[in-house]
Amino acid sequence: MKPVFWSRLDTTARRLTPFGLTVLLVLINVLPLQMPGFARVMPLLPLMSIYLWAVHHPNLMPAYAVFLIGLLQDTLTGTPLGVNVMAYLIVYGTVVWQRRFLVGKSFAVIWVGFSLVGAGAMVITWLLISSYHSVLASPDAMAFQYLLSLGVFPLLSWLFMRWQQAFLSHL
Amino acid sequence: MKEHSRFTHRVSAPIRSLTHRFAFLGLVIAAFALMLIGKADVVMMERFRSQVTDSVAPILDMISRPVATANEVISKVRVLTEIRHENESLRLDKERLLHWQTVARKLEAENKALRAQLNFVPGPVASYVTARVIADTGGAFAHSLLLNIGVRPGVNKGQAVVTGDGLIGRVAGVGDRSTRVLLITDLNSRIPVLIEATRTRAILAGNNTNRPRLIHLPPGATVSPGDRIVTSGHGGAFPVGLPVGLVDAVNDGGISVQPFVPRDRLEYVRVLDYGLKGILDEDKIGSEVLKD
Repeated sequence: MKPVFWSRLDTTARRLTPFGLTVLLVLINVLPLQMPGFARVMPLLPLMSIYLWAVHHPNLMPAYAVFLIGLLQDTLTGTPLGVNVMAYLIVYGTVVWQRRFLVGKSFAVIWVGFSLVGAGAMVITWLLISSYHSVLASPDAMAFQYLLSLGVFPLLSWLFMRWQQAFLSHL
Repeated sequence: MKEHSRFTHRVSAPIRSLTHRFAFLGLVIAAFALMLIGKADVVMMERFRSQVTDSVAPILDMISRPVATANEVISKVRVLTEIRHENESLRLDKERLLHWQTVARKLEAENKALRAQLNFVPGPVASYVTARVIADTGGAFAHSLLLNIGVRPGVNKGQAVVTGDGLIGRVAGVGDRSTRVLLITDLNSRIPVLIEATRTRAILAGNNTNRPRLIHLPPGATVSPGDRIVTSGHGGAFPVGLPVGLVDAVNDGGISVQPFVPRDRLEYVRVLDYGLKGILDEDKIGSEVLKD
């Protein structure tokens, strides 16, 4: 009885790590790093995380988890509630829908996939924000944010790969 | 047995994918609904927002401390490398400031005498609460900060938030453990200001870049790069004369202002309380609407 209970608890804890890691990335994303100009172009860590888990383990990152992550992101960053939720859900939906083109492919393909999906997410966010406030938001910071995100993607991807091998390989 | 399981699989798999699809669609609709509600019921959304930020504020407070320590170490090393140069410039500054001190003393005495003659009523005196910045949020789409203080006397919505250098924004929401500050660079920020030298009124409008713009200037007003911008106190939200920034450029695209306070160097800030009610006195607006 007991060993079963513990192994179940262990499995549940492991299954929750993708969500937990993404929430952590949302928090890291809003830390006051006090680097000149960095706050405006902070790479989109939660978006990368959602993309990567949707490609590798969509069963560990269900849609409602994506919803909650987007909601937390919106509440903390002060963007209108629902904007990041929408962007993340669309990224998640697109990736899960087109997953057969990405799963098991080389890293370069996954990277290119992120560059497309990320650009889509940025455009959606920009459109939503601009229509919500009925002004055109300035796109320059957004472009830098996107490029920086593309640059950071391999690092995060590698970290998640190691995490997957270490903790989630038998799930 | 095998037949049976294959049958259940054949039936259950499409149903499952259908429910998944519906659940996904439901979540997308919920996201849209959230945006609409946010537009319609600002007060409720703000309450929700402050509750969520309250619950994560202790975590943010905790994880932002090592970052602050690391930054301190880095800046100490930087200071050490430049100490000789800095000493030289400080010596020059001291000479210059001593001169200004005598000028200021003279002017203060003169001012006092003139006020006494005119029977001048002085403005309210500020008290302040100092708070630590626990999150610098927003990225490209919104510019706000979270502070580690919650609801207490002297912290209310609409109050000015400053550092020693000048104005950084206003309090946009107060929770039990956290306070949200809308920076002057945010898309939603509108601050009544004065051009200090000419006393021309204008509104400083944020646009999500590091250079907010001056709008609603009276026709014929002259502005040139380098002019100091201070708060005007109009609308009763802020006191008069808080330093805001310098005019950076005047061109066809408008007048851009460089704020005195760089956003990336904020660690401790002060919330000023002048006992002013402010333009955002929502309780009053609400009760007046009810009366009508």
